[in-house]
Amino acid sequence: MIAAVKSAARRFDPRALALPLAFLAVWEIAYLRAWVDPRLIPSPSGVVQTAWNSLADEAFFPGLWASLYRDLAGFAIGGLLGVASGVALGLSRRLDAAFNPTLNALKQISLFAWLPLISTWFGYDDGAKILFIAASAFYPVAVNTFEGVRGIPKTHIEVARVFRFSKAQWVFRLLLPAAAPKILVGLQLGLVFAWLATIGSEFLLANWGSGLGNLIIHGREALDVGLVIWGLVVVGLVGSLLDHLAQRAENRLLRWRGA
Amino acid sequence: MTVKLSLQNVRKTFRSRHADEAFVALDDVTLDVEDGEFMVVVGPSGCGKTTLLDLLAGLTRPTGGQILLDGKPVAGPSLDRGVVFQQYALFPWLTAQGNVEFGLEAKGAPSAERRETARRFLGLVGLAGFESHHPHELSGGMKQRVAIARSLAYDPEVLLMDEPFAALDAQTRETLQCELLRIWRVSGKTIVFITHGIDEAVFLGQRVAVMSSRPGRVERVIDIPPEFKAGEDIRAHPEFGRLRHEIWRLLHEDGERAREDERDARRLAVAA
Ligand SMILES: Nc1ncnc2c1ncn2[C@@H]1O[C@H](COP(=O)(O)OP(=O)(O)OP(=O)(O)O)[C@@H](O)[C@H]1O
Ligand SMILES: [Mg+2]
Repeated sequence: MIAAVKSAARRFDPRALALPLAFLAVWEIAYLRAWVDPRLIPSPSGVVQTAWNSLADEAFFPGLWASLYRDLAGFAIGGLLGVASGVALGLSRRLDAAFNPTLNALKQISLFAWLPLISTWFGYDDGAKILFIAASAFYPVAVNTFEGVRGIPKTHIEVARVFRFSKAQWVFRLLLPAAAPKILVGLQLGLVFAWLATIGSEFLLANWGSGLGNLIIHGREALDVGLVIWGLVVVGLVGSLLDHLAQRAENRLLRWRGA
Repeated sequence: MTVKLSLQNVRKTFRSRHADEAFVALDDVTLDVEDGEFMVVVGPSGCGKTTLLDLLAGLTRPTGGQILLDGKPVAGPSLDRGVVFQQYALFPWLTAQGNVEFGLEAKGAPSAERRETARRFLGLVGLAGFESHHPHELSGGMKQRVAIARSLAYDPEVLLMDEPFAALDAQTRETLQCELLRIWRVSGKTIVFITHGIDEAVFLGQRVAVMSSRPGRVERVIDIPPEFKAGEDIRAHPEFGRLRHEIWRLLHEDGERAREDERDARRLAVAA
């Protein structure tokens, strides 16, 4: 984690800061000149002050960990099931024919539309949220794994046949490594979806449990726009860090592809 | 001598997306390969050599006729037949060493032995020191050599090789040709070896099956007399030149005929 932050810092191009800094400057000036209602838009320095207070607040870190825990637990469950179903559908024309149309139809329903149903059936605690997060991560992983398995070149399949691979060898020596590039794309997308779902579920079920999403909603209820903005910044930073870690893991696992 | 592989009136057609009737890749191919024989197959590009090899490997099934191995119909691939594919078919996520080792894994060899055997065969094809390279770090010829090491290492009774030396420079090709002959002599393997090269065919084969195209047929099987192969530089032997020319003529006539057919077909197409 530390190494990841360091390497990100090393590769960082300072020009990327130009736009946000200009924005901050305009924002601060707008505030000082009283062009905007200070209750709706606090000053950047005000947000920094709020952030500082929030970090000192004893509820902040437990909230952050709670969100991260749900995110990763949901991602792990959804990711594993996604890879397993992708492989199964990719392997068997029969399973594909039986399940794919249904899955495609279900895809048309926005994931957030499931939330009322999930909370009705499973309540509002961690379990329900993790279920929702897992469902969000599942889809991109399953679809990409499926495509990866279907895209394995005929020559590789012939080699496996000539060497009389056992069932286990088919999966672990051919399918998973050959489909790895697509599977990792799916997992990276799944991680993004899981994080969106984490915050989303906390927004919509804000009165139960704790988490970053709850922090933002409570800020809104208290009309503390600074706290809302700070919450968004933390959500964005955590999301980028997770994405960066996933990218590094992917690069490491796919070194065999060359540059 | 007993017959190891037997092709009897083998026919193979492919359903075609371009025409209504099926495309005939092989028609009425009959050929016996003796146990321990080195059989070379030559023929123009597209005449059905790879199709024939896939059938022998058990990867595809004949549309007509039958293929016997030790007198029993070939039901599918099996570890008694090793294949060197025309396009190498290495696994890009494994190193050279790993690519040779998994063939041994399929045979159930213990891991220390696998490592040792893989190293030995990579050394044999001149790739000592490249064990930990991935395929994308190897040249075409080197990849081909890994593929050869992979199929030699697990020691199948029958070796089916599809233009295995095509991507090699002359020097390496000659070394590997001699090495293959040596392995064949000491192991008594049955080898079916596909090539474009007439020289290579005469140099390696005990018999050379010359194929013609459209449809793919075995035009003639030519015996290569073993006597003159005992000498030092057999390529300089007059008999070598004679056999070379005979095969060349067969291929050439087929090429002429194919070109004429094509002209006729075009004339017909224009008329229609
Ligand atoms: N799966 C397939 N579907 C349809 N046609 C095929 C298929 N495989 C081969 N063919 C056709 O069969 C013919 C013989 O192909 P094959 O690959 O056996 O040729 P080859 O003799 O190995 O040629 P080369 O020397 O170029 O490798 C070709 O005309 C090819 O188009
Ligand atoms: Mg071929």
